[in-house]
Amino acid sequence: MAFWRRKAHIEKERHVKANAREYNDKFSYADNHIKTSKYNIFTFLPINLFEQFQRVANAYFLVLLILQVIPAISSLSWFTTIVPLVLVLVITAVKDATDDYFRHKSDRQVNNRQSQVLIRGSLQNEKWMNVRVGDIIKLENNQFVAADILLLCSSEPYGLCYIETAELDGETNLKVRQALTVTSDLGDVSKLNDFDGEVICEPPNNKLDKFTGTLFWRDNKYALDNEKMLLRGCVLRNTEWCFGMVIFAGLQTKLMQNCGRTMFKRTSIDKLMNTLVLWIFGFLICMGVVLAIGNTIWESWIGRNFQVFLPWDASQDSAVFSGFLTFWSYIIILNTVVPISLYVSVEVLRLGHSYFINWDRRMYYSPMNTAAEARTTTLNEELGQVEFIFSDKTGTLTQNIMVFSKCSINGQPYGDVYDEFDQKVEITEKTACVDFSFNPLCDRRFKFYDGSLVEAIKLEDAAVHEFFRLLALCHTVMPEEKSEGHLVYQAQSPDEGALVTAARNFGFVFWARTPETITLYEMGHPVTYQLLAILDFNNVRKRMSVIVKNPQGQIKLYSKGADTIIFERLDPSSEDLVFTTSEHLSEFAGEGLRTLALAYKDLDEDYFEVWMKKLLFVSTLIENREDQLAVLYEEIEQDLKLLGATAIEDKLQEGVPETIACLNLADIKIWVLTGDKLETAMNIGYSCNMLRDDMNEVFVISGHTLLEVQQQLRSAKEHILGLSRVSSAGSVEKTDTFADDSVFEETIIAEYALVINGHSLAHALEAQLKHVLLDVACLCKTVICCRVTPMQKAQVVELVKTQKRAVTLAIGDGANDVSMIKTAHIGVGISGQEGMQAVLASDYSFAQFRYLQRLLLVHGRWSYFRMCNFLCYFFYKNFAFTLVHFWYGFFCGFSAQTVYDQWFITLFNIVYTSLPVLAMGLFDQDVNDQNSLRYPSLYKPGQQNLLFNKRQFFLCTLQGLGTSFLLFFIPYGAFSVMVKEDGSQFSDQQAFAVTIATSLVIVVSVQIGLDTHYWTAVNHLFIWGSVTVYFAILFAMQSDGIFGIFPSNFQFIGAARNCLSEKSVWLVILLTTVVCMVPGLAVSFLRVDLFPTLTDKVRHLQQCRKRQGPQEQNLRRVRRTSSRRSAYAFSHQQGYGELITSGKNMRMSSVSAAPSAGKSPHSSNWIENMLKRKNEVSCISDENMEASKGNKAIQTPDQHTV
Amino acid sequence: MMASTYNAKDEDGHITVAGPGGGTLRSRKPENTAFKQQRLPAWQPILTAGTVLPAFFVIGLIFIPIGIGLYVTSNNIKEFEIDYTGVDMSSPCFNCSQNFSWNSTRPCTCSIPFYLDQPYESNVFMYYGLSNFYQNHRRYVKSRDDSQLNGDSEALTKPSKECEPYAFHDNKPIAPCGAIANSMFNDSLELFYNDPNGTKVQIHLMKTGIAWWTDKHVKFRNPGGNNPNLTVAFQGTTKPVNWRKPVYELDSDQENDGFINEDFIVWMRTAALPTFRKLYRIIQKKKDMVLTLPRGNYTLEVVYNYPVRSFEGRKRMILSTISWMGGKNPFLGIAYITVGSVCFFLGVVLLIIHHKYGNRNNSADISN
Repeated sequence: MAFWRRKAHIEKERHVKANAREYNDKFSYADNHIKTSKYNIFTFLPINLFEQFQRVANAYFLVLLILQVIPAISSLSWFTTIVPLVLVLVITAVKDATDDYFRHKSDRQVNNRQSQVLIRGSLQNEKWMNVRVGDIIKLENNQFVAADILLLCSSEPYGLCYIETAELDGETNLKVRQALTVTSDLGDVSKLNDFDGEVICEPPNNKLDKFTGTLFWRDNKYALDNEKMLLRGCVLRNTEWCFGMVIFAGLQTKLMQNCGRTMFKRTSIDKLMNTLVLWIFGFLICMGVVLAIGNTIWESWIGRNFQVFLPWDASQDSAVFSGFLTFWSYIIILNTVVPISLYVSVEVLRLGHSYFINWDRRMYYSPMNTAAEARTTTLNEELGQVEFIFSDKTGTLTQNIMVFSKCSINGQPYGDVYDEFDQKVEITEKTACVDFSFNPLCDRRFKFYDGSLVEAIKLEDAAVHEFFRLLALCHTVMPEEKSEGHLVYQAQSPDEGALVTAARNFGFVFWARTPETITLYEMGHPVTYQLLAILDFNNVRKRMSVIVKNPQGQIKLYSKGADTIIFERLDPSSEDLVFTTSEHLSEFAGEGLRTLALAYKDLDEDYFEVWMKKLLFVSTLIENREDQLAVLYEEIEQDLKLLGATAIEDKLQEGVPETIACLNLADIKIWVLTGDKLETAMNIGYSCNMLRDDMNEVFVISGHTLLEVQQQLRSAKEHILGLSRVSSAGSVEKTDTFADDSVFEETIIAEYALVINGHSLAHALEAQLKHVLLDVACLCKTVICCRVTPMQKAQVVELVKTQKRAVTLAIGDGANDVSMIKTAHIGVGISGQEGMQAVLASDYSFAQFRYLQRLLLVHGRWSYFRMCNFLCYFFYKNFAFTLVHFWYGFFCGFSAQTVYDQWFITLFNIVYTSLPVLAMGLFDQDVNDQNSLRYPSLYKPGQQNLLFNKRQFFLCTLQGLGTSFLLFFIPYGAFSVMVKEDGSQFSDQQAFAVTIATSLVIVVSVQIGLDTHYWTAVNHLFIWGSVTVYFAILFAMQSDGIFGIFPSNFQFIGAARNCLSEKSVWLVILLTTVVCMVPGLAVSFLRVDLFPTLTDKVRHLQQCRKRQGPQEQNLRRVRRTSSRRSAYAFSHQQGYGELITSGKNMRMSSVSAAPSAGKSPHSSNWIENMLKRKNEVSCISDENMEASKGNKAIQTPDQHTV
Repeated sequence: MMASTYNAKDEDGHITVAGPGGGTLRSRKPENTAFKQQRLPAWQPILTAGTVLPAFFVIGLIFIPIGIGLYVTSNNIKEFEIDYTGVDMSSPCFNCSQNFSWNSTRPCTCSIPFYLDQPYESNVFMYYGLSNFYQNHRRYVKSRDDSQLNGDSEALTKPSKECEPYAFHDNKPIAPCGAIANSMFNDSLELFYNDPNGTKVQIHLMKTGIAWWTDKHVKFRNPGGNNPNLTVAFQGTTKPVNWRKPVYELDSDQENDGFINEDFIVWMRTAALPTFRKLYRIIQKKKDMVLTLPRGNYTLEVVYNYPVRSFEGRKRMILSTISWMGGKNPFLGIAYITVGSVCFFLGVVLLIIHHKYGNRNNSADISN
């Protein structure tokens, strides 16, 4: 970011020349060095001090320190302020330094990654940070892309390469990138070294799916678009190597541009604290003014006459001036109402809470060996106030693993395990798996529990065999033989991968494919099928079919697809089967599984011949080709015979539905923001129990224009509001304003859900619609946004954050979540997955979504509770301590005389009372962790901000004020006529000071005792220890020895001895303590007794339980009820069928046979088709379309020459 | 209710996981200690009727007897107070208070007759009391030099700046310096018993034993070590402006002269409040007499040196006996009785409230 500030002009166009560092240097583009740290060794001290003094409190204490140097004002010694101030500065600086050190470390790690750069004709290893714009770098398989690069050539034919963009957009399916044809044969170093093309392109921006530029090379222009770019954060897959030219580097890469600005996060309590500190300043100044006026009056009425004994200073010649000086003097002695140790103590507490999070074994995930980590130590209490959670889907809610879990074949369901009494057995880790050892080619990671299916296979049940044959044949998966007999499938959607893997394990191993054949190992025997046609998938068809000819010469059509679609096309003969299969399907769907129906058809050879001819004809059409193809496909996919259905589990992470249910009970709203498709997202919504069939309505917003979206949102809102307040239906029209609706929000009982698509969201987030969006979204129980870009995620979070003023938490695992993680109040990263971007940007990280429950409901709640109690007590303590001076002012001529010994003032906050309150802030628990989780409603006070707010602050300062009043006036009453037991005078200042100070220490210690809910040994030690230390220091400071050394600094010699040996002093202390405590005790007793909060009840219950001994936790599983729905391989992309039949994505060796002439029109511009279709789906803006058209124009001639 | 969704194997002991490098990584599983898992054994008190209400009653039952005891004790203490400021025309000291001048060489004396209607047994303490005298004013309080008073020879000649404007006089350092010392109470009070047979008996007043032991022996020390000749020790200094005689002539007794003069020490211990009393003399009980001060007529003879009229101050002489709890102090007794009764009453009120409206079974209706 610093780069931007330095740069005066804004880049309009980028010129990059390959292999020409001198040329590119002219433009001073950002290099590939990434810096997230703030300081270095030399700038640390000045910058850190500057930052620290920007804090109001620190600056204030600096001013105080300066004031104290002025003798006429100084009412306290300098050490009373400087000791705490230095302590505060040092502790904060140490903390900042450690934080920054870790940032340096992670920067260094990323910057020092190796990459191969072409320098002066040879490949050299360079660190990432030394890669520059215009360099040509080589990437190898499974490497991270170091910068945004233009793909020049690759090991694969046609300059193709595969990338995984999980870091960028969260999608794990592979994507294809293709180099320009002219550059794709630059395969060796010398040719690349001669490459001197110049790229002119757009300036850095954050649009991940868009790139426009032109390559000028050998006097030709070539259009460039996003399909030729590899962005930083992607991983190269299935491609041995590729070369690329760096276009954007470092902070200007699209990934970094998407990261959003690093914001300094502050908690709401922090902000409240700052406000309160300002209020206290105000209060302080008021007190100062009152006392200064008092002083003026006193000096002119009494002081003027008292000059016999106390003459005015030469400089102080008028009562008004004396009042002015007194004002400052009082500011100094009353400064302790603004507690300087507050900030340090708060930091210490937060650090402690962070360590408790790091240490929590229940947030440790042993398979990954990852413990939870609090990466930011300043946000803990905000965890107890979260109202909105924004969650990523892939990798966060789900494991991104698809598992074949159940199937129904010919009306027979498989997949459930039954015990000897025919009872369904819950499948756990311990359930025995089916043994696949009969099959040497099986995938060992595949687990299936129902043995009867294997029995059926072994019995050669024809339907079962046909079922798995279909699964092995009808797909677009690519096989790869890594080593002998070791097969790896490259599926572009994980669903298909799961199905093919299942077939493989059940003995129908998909072995190899060429553009025209598919080879299976059926029960150990190789069988080669002729692949006659692939009737590809698209969003409208929701099915795919293959037509194959088996070795026996039969032609068969195998089809799989969404159940509704397949059922419509079935032969009437399978009616009974449809009925049973439907039942099974609803059962599967009820368990949150993704279902597919499978069907086949025997084809008549003549009929097929005719159809094939039509197909060939249609594929050469230019106009209306798509539609014609669809009609043709439709024609042949009729009268199918149902085989059965599959059920795939999109494996949720463990405990996700339970966690979501629990968080919902705690009134936390969870929004899912995902880059996935609508259907996928909804499916997950159902399986996480966020969407349910008993919901009144699920609104799907998917309009493409502003008006459409507006219309949809409005109607959704009217629907909700109209239903719940029929009486006021007339006013619905006028309820556009936000404030109006919030009244009704609470009264909505019906449950709604909102699902919104990315392109609609883009419109909905515009200024005129965002309020409507927010209203509708907040009226719904569940909100799912799909197909959203990283920036949109951040925008949604920002919208809620600013408009609702609620605490937001974003949780995600990929680089596409970084911006939202940074925007939200709290960002949580799921660690342990590939890529650390999200974790690095996050405030908290752990390995599993379910830990969120513990993080919020236990740690967050405790932190909030502790912090609030801590603050209440802290303000109370400081008011009680300081305001005694105010009362004393009325009796000492408003002269800013302190009541206490100066040493007492210095040490009170940092020694005598700091540890007990810290112990409370660290260890206190009102309710233990189990009960916190069992009663999620306990979380609500945090969201409503009940434990510490302005009212609470007012109450605790009032209590402090009262205590200070009693602390002063009870000894005042007693001391006005008091003499010692030996008759000597006793009503002197020092005895008075010692009595009040001792009372104060005892009163605040008793008060912390009453405020502590959880007395650990540490609390005992600190509370009793503090009182002991107080007396020890008191006697030490007032001993003969120390007076002998510094007579003028320790004037209180003997005061403690003389004072505390008096019975009447102890009687005064006892009286003061009791009088200070009784009202508070009575009030809190009445509160608990008459209006117990849930916390009080649970505490009571906990107490009773403890007496009865531990009880068994009752386990309740969340029931899912859901109607049937089906979804065809959700993460599927259209176009792969064509890719396969063209043979383009296969190694040269495997496509040695030249493509048949009939297919050539098909293959000529397949990639264009694919691009076009993709564009339709992802709705890329107009310019981009034009760019790709232009691109086509340039490309087409070249393509033909291939 | 979701507390048990955790995997049981998380709870197993340490697991070492094979890292990608082939070596074994140290398990990052946090230690299972009560401290780190926040399971420290703890006492968790809660406010229940069973604990709070008895506490109130106990406080009430303890405080009321203490209060009564204090009140009775305080009432048994005999105290006699006489204001001799001389504000009224009728007052014997009126003249002295009117014609006051710091420089007058002839001291003004006045005598005030009074009648004690009760005999005073045991030791009787004689106090002087000042009102409206701000010994606790900040500028006043800090106007002293403790090093000087502790006998530091350097501070004797170079008094602290805090003593201004009473640090130097005629270019000589003032000993003792500062406003407190300068304004030392210098009336002298003498007490005479008017025997019924007409003779005036002077009552012996003890000058020593009136200051705190620590003050007399630690805090205040004469300069010059053990040199008995104070005149030499104080050489080069001058007396405070308002004083009539230098500090080394405060008393003829060597042990009560200079900085360790007890009247001086008592004065230097500044009062907390603008109305205060300081111990002046002790009238010791004589062995042969039952009564220290019998009932009868007395005369207080005052050498009126100390001006208070300018700031409307008052001067008093107080005679008092003491008890185990010090002097007469009705405040504590009354306060204890009041607080005790209030607590008891509060206990009763809370008990009634608790019985009528209290939520005795508050765990039954927990809902999620």
